Amino acid sequence: MAAEVGQFALILALLLAVVQSMTPLWGAHRGDRILMAVGRQAAVLQALFVSLAFGCLAYIFVTCDFSVALAAQHSNTAQPTAYRFAATWGNHEGSMLLWVLILALCGGVLAAFGGTLRETLQARVLGIQGLIAASFHGFLLFTSNPFLRLDPAPSEGMELNPLLQDPGLVLHPPVLYAGYVGFSVAFCFAVAALIEGRVDAAWARWVRPWVLAAWIPLTLGITLGSAWAYYELGWGGWWFWDPVENASLMPWLLGTALLHSALVLERRGALVSWTVLLCILTFSLSLVGTFLVRSGILTSVHAFAVDPKRGVYVLGIIALTTGLSLALYAWRAPAIRSGALFQPLSREGGITLNNLFLTALTATVFLGTFSPVFIEMLNNDKISVGPPYYARTFVPLAFVLLLLVVFGPMLNWKRDDWRATLVRIRVPAALAAGVLLLGLIANGLAGVITAGGLGLAAWLLAGSVLVLARRWWAGRAYLGRAIRTTPRALYGLTLAHAGLGLLALGITGVTAWESDKVLNMRLGDTVAFAGRTLTLSAFETVTGPNYEARQARFTVTGQGKPYMLSSEKRFYASAQTQTTEAGIRVTPLGNLYVSVGEESPQGVVVRLWDHPLIVWIWIGGFVMALGGAVSLSDRRLRLGAAVKAVPAAAQPVAAE
Amino acid sequence: MRRFLILTCAVLAVAGSAWAVNPDEQLADPGLEARAHSLSKDLRCVVCQNQSIDDSDAALARDLRIILRERISAGDTDEQAVAYLVARYGSFVQLQPPVRLDTLALWFGPLAVLLVGGLGAMIYIRSRAPSRAEPLSADEEAEVETLLKTDKAG
Amino acid sequence: MRRLIFILPVVLFAAVLIGFFAGLGRDPALLPSTMIGKPVPEFSLPSVRPGDQGFATADLGGEPMLINFYASWCAACRIEHPLLMRLRAEGVLLHGVDWKDQPQAGYQWLQDRGDPYVRVGSDVSGRTGIDMGVSAVPETFVIDKQGRVRYRHVGAVTPQLWDETLRPLMDKLRSES
Repeated sequence: MAAEVGQFALILALLLAVVQSMTPLWGAHRGDRILMAVGRQAAVLQALFVSLAFGCLAYIFVTCDFSVALAAQHSNTAQPTAYRFAATWGNHEGSMLLWVLILALCGGVLAAFGGTLRETLQARVLGIQGLIAASFHGFLLFTSNPFLRLDPAPSEGMELNPLLQDPGLVLHPPVLYAGYVGFSVAFCFAVAALIEGRVDAAWARWVRPWVLAAWIPLTLGITLGSAWAYYELGWGGWWFWDPVENASLMPWLLGTALLHSALVLERRGALVSWTVLLCILTFSLSLVGTFLVRSGILTSVHAFAVDPKRGVYVLGIIALTTGLSLALYAWRAPAIRSGALFQPLSREGGITLNNLFLTALTATVFLGTFSPVFIEMLNNDKISVGPPYYARTFVPLAFVLLLLVVFGPMLNWKRDDWRATLVRIRVPAALAAGVLLLGLIANGLAGVITAGGLGLAAWLLAGSVLVLARRWWAGRAYLGRAIRTTPRALYGLTLAHAGLGLLALGITGVTAWESDKVLNMRLGDTVAFAGRTLTLSAFETVTGPNYEARQARFTVTGQGKPYMLSSEKRFYASAQTQTTEAGIRVTPLGNLYVSVGEESPQGVVVRLWDHPLIVWIWIGGFVMALGGAVSLSDRRLRLGAAVKAVPAAAQPVAAE
Repeated sequence: MRRFLILTCAVLAVAGSAWAVNPDEQLADPGLEARAHSLSKDLRCVVCQNQSIDDSDAALARDLRIILRERISAGDTDEQAVAYLVARYGSFVQLQPPVRLDTLALWFGPLAVLLVGGLGAMIYIRSRAPSRAEPLSADEEAEVETLLKTDKAG
Repeated sequence: MRRLIFILPVVLFAAVLIGFFAGLGRDPALLPSTMIGKPVPEFSLPSVRPGDQGFATADLGGEPMLINFYASWCAACRIEHPLLMRLRAEGVLLHGVDWKDQPQAGYQWLQDRGDPYVRVGSDVSGRTGIDMGVSAVPETFVIDKQGRVRYRHVGAVTPQLWDETLRPLMDKLRSES
């Protein structure tokens, strides 16, 4: 029953999306308010029906209705309920439905709460949104229908991939998708602006919170994914430059650029057509990221069923959305002009530089990810692009960008003075120089990269605190008032940039000082490793809800109180799969990571890693996301807030 | 999603059964072992395609790790040891792509984007420098308007 | 000039899109062989069959032939085995290498399913296969009269592959001097 209801809801949602794509665009063109209102209602209804469809699928998974093929392939009665629920999106069809759900919810929110938006702009945004939604409903229904029945129904389902039976999976995809799909709103705004031929500060004020609202979950999603890979994959890596990871990094980099350029557009009315282009490209990269891995072009796809028909459909959608919007851009963007003045040494100048580097970084990841595909077509040779490539291209560019991060917030809008700026940054500069020097003394010239990384972290941390400190220092006569009146956006900026500093600290620490050891251990054996002593104190078979495991427990002494650490090798009988659960001791100074391998007459293979400071990588990511959230809560950014006239706003030029 | 791939490898590993670096593979000489360890981190497993042979559980990755250690023990330089594997499996096994004619765009593309973008940004800023953007006279304004209109018509 | 800059994104995108579409049908997991056109590296393997003559580089050349890498633990080898038997019946010169496998197990495999090979070597360490760039069994190489590798196929040989690719290629090699 639930499958039929879900199927029907999905078909209705497709029809509603078609209505949503047609009526408001036509209504805005004709100035027909009734048609525009119909578009809004279609968007809200579409969101309701997709929610219903998703609810049905989740219900099917949780209740183990194996007459539905998808549930039979990915759910199992032995699986804990939470993972049966998570299995809803742990597969191609279900994750697509989740994707469409978030898209529809964005549309619904825009329709329901976009009342203060200019009516024609809102109608056009909804129309474009409807077009995207309709094409994805089509993709879902025609190539990846999640509600297909199985006859006869099996009595037991196949288990969800055990690696995915983890709290990380419950959170990771929805959060990541919220980020990807969130950028669709900025995209729709950009296309609507191109249709209207006008971009103004009010437009930027609408786009910016949406970009931020997408950027926060994307940051969070990438951080979660990295943490999950670290503890779940069993060898302690935190970033692999895998195509799937790169796919999330590209929209993040470009989305970060967009976040900043939209600020310039709002405050100074400059970088207008560039911001519009970024809106289009960021969402396009989200599309490329979510879908190319399903098309069979890149190796990461192994697991999502690769179907050439799906690949063609997805590329078709990308061709249409990105191709048409870029064509529209080529046609209409030259007509959008702004009269804003621009000085190189100014906040907007700094942000331009930020955008330049972020674009180059995005291009680096893009080239690294896709050039194997292109080179193979060129001469039939396969190459690999892995960490060493990024260490030589991405890392130096990122290093320079991070050096520049501190300057940005120190610069005044419109124009500034070199000498005054240099004076402003003297404290972080001195601090960073001190750390650099100490690092060089401690490590010698061979450790110059390590010292540089630590200096950079100090520079970023001090530089971001300085943003707040300067404001409070200026108002020190009435400090309480100065603190109270500090806008949240400034706290957000401080947190986000400080997060980068923590990230730099973590990356430097683990890269410079990581160490590992592999050995055979028997019960009672002791090994000294990275300032600690580990004893294999127990090794036995344990039984979990749907697996059997060989569990090794270690007593660790040295560096504080003794503690226990356990690692196990699990065997999931119904999935016929083995996984390794690592034992990880997390401390601010460094993690001890233990994982057990095969057993032999010599004992059990034990792998040990020491990961100094690694936890700051993820803390940094979370702090950045938190900064975004604090910024988003700023009164000035809240949707529909009354706005004061902005000086030097873009001069709209009618392009009719 | 990357994890799906890892699973494929985990399944393969059950068949070929050998987990990442094992104690018995390691060289006695810590210097040589360290070289082999760092080299194998930059070599890609040909079975589990997105892992290095250092991380991979595949049986073939184990063979390649052992071969690498043999070459190094036999006195090969790092380059020679890598070349030995490249001769058999192609440049695919190098996680660091070679600098060749067909990889020029890959290696120098980032720098090119930075330079071209920088040039573009400079031109943009120059065109908006205050000195150049003095207000137009009423006549010029009208002329611009007509020019713009003809532009659109054409 | 100014307009050109705005057209650039859509042009670049079109180029990338063409690349994506063209790349769609390709298998990203398939590795090209580095051996094509090169002589088979030196090897000398003991036979899988007890008491039989081994398989070595000296056996190569003279006539075009196939070298098939198999193993008793390999699932896809089961699929292609009937075809290999057919080729043997048709008189195709087919040699085998039992890769990364115990010779007893490899011999049992031939006992159970029939023995399609003229010579069949036992490559317990897998080194002969690795020298030829074998990454997984089954793999099949076409060797010309000079003992050079001319073609490699990864995965099970299908009747279609034999009829459309391998047989025409071997006929062509036979006519080469």
